[in-house]
Amino acid sequence: MAAVQGSIQVSAAPNVQYLLRIGDSALILAQRTCEWAGHAPVLEEDIALANMALDLLGQARALLTRAGQLEGSGYDEDQLAFLREARDYRNVTLVELPRGDFAMTQLRNVVMATFFKLLWQRLATSSDSELAAIAGKAVKEARYHQQHAADWVIRLAGGTDESRKRTECALAELWRYTAELFASDAVDNYAAEAQVGPRWGELREPWLHEMTQILDEAGLQPHADTPFLSTGKNGAHSEHMGLLLAEMQHLQRAYPGGVW
Amino acid sequence: MSTRAERAWAVLGTVLDPEVPALSVRDLGIVRDVIDHGDALEVVLTPTYSGCPATEAIEADVLAALSAQGLGPARATLRRAPAWTSDWISEDGKRKLRAYGIAPPHAVDSVPAVIPGRDVIPAPSVIPAPAVIPAEAGNQSFPLRFMARQETVPCPHCASKRTERLSPFGSTACKSLHRCLACREPFEYFKPI
Repeated sequence: MAAVQGSIQVSAAPNVQYLLRIGDSALILAQRTCEWAGHAPVLEEDIALANMALDLLGQARALLTRAGQLEGSGYDEDQLAFLREARDYRNVTLVELPRGDFAMTQLRNVVMATFFKLLWQRLATSSDSELAAIAGKAVKEARYHQQHAADWVIRLAGGTDESRKRTECALAELWRYTAELFASDAVDNYAAEAQVGPRWGELREPWLHEMTQILDEAGLQPHADTPFLSTGKNGAHSEHMGLLLAEMQHLQRAYPGGVW
Repeated sequence: MSTRAERAWAVLGTVLDPEVPALSVRDLGIVRDVIDHGDALEVVLTPTYSGCPATEAIEADVLAALSAQGLGPARATLRRAPAWTSDWISEDGKRKLRAYGIAPPHAVDSVPAVIPGRDVIPAPSVIPAPAVIPAEAGNQSFPLRFMARQETVPCPHCASKRTERLSPFGSTACKSLHRCLACREPFEYFKPI
């Protein structure tokens, strides 16, 4: 029986961690989004979700490649994507939650696309020219993702009693996970001081401004802050992360170095 | 006698995009430079979308075509900045798209302005204004628009402007799906980005 591929560990240096937080959030959201392939309610939406997942995956590839260069151990995008343990992923918890129903998916997508768009706008002037180049491309893609998800949230909230109820449920379920996006820490301080990128907390006000307008159009309101703070970007994930990774990593673990 | 780089540019005009085979990689505007290093040719490519699955295939096709014409050895390098924009599709490329049944993209900064009552304006207040990336001047101030932001996309078959968008994402990320209300034909639109 062939050996199963072992895990790698990566540097805890803040320049690496800052990139992994962005890259892993894009990667895991891509993984969750592409779960809809073959399952979306209409063909057009199936294709749209697959396309958005592909954009996110492309962004994640570029970011993980850059993180690998900075990390210095010679890991490439595939090793970083497939060979870490759950505690070494730095995505926010929100993106690893099960895809839920269609309202849950679209609400999460509008939360994340709005966040990513604002983040990419700031990263386009990063002192890391490679990161700035990745951001210059990604911001255009995030803009389309935000418009599309916002369209759906507005439509679902203004649709049938059932679709409105589900959208309200999604908002109630997911809103508390948004606090993690804006909880700045030492990694953020490093990024700000090195002019690599913003403290994520700086994005809260513009994010809330845009989200409030989208929700307002949908006849919904942002929820109040709660003390709950998820901790995915520090490696402490929800119980869903291990199952997600089991599926995502299976082929690389079972067939080390396998390629298409 | 043309230079090696000039001959390479001519060859690149025959390498077709695998996803949109009406266009050459030159028409698409993704070939940013061809540099003759003496020992090898360097072809500088800028990808259209972060996750475009055709990127690797295009690189391989470019190198194979140059090699087949005796212009190798050649290598392809990736240049991410400035980011690719649909404004780089050549006029000839836009004509070819239309003939192929795909509506060509509008100029990025010509996309319709705010529609009162439906549009959402981003808050500039607390965000330091991002420096404008040269290739997308005018693009940074894109208003946020929801629901009612449809552009008028003329039908590539009958030229009617009575068309509607079915989905913002088509068979690939770079296209949206539309239909003509006059001739009833469905068609794709190459999105401005």
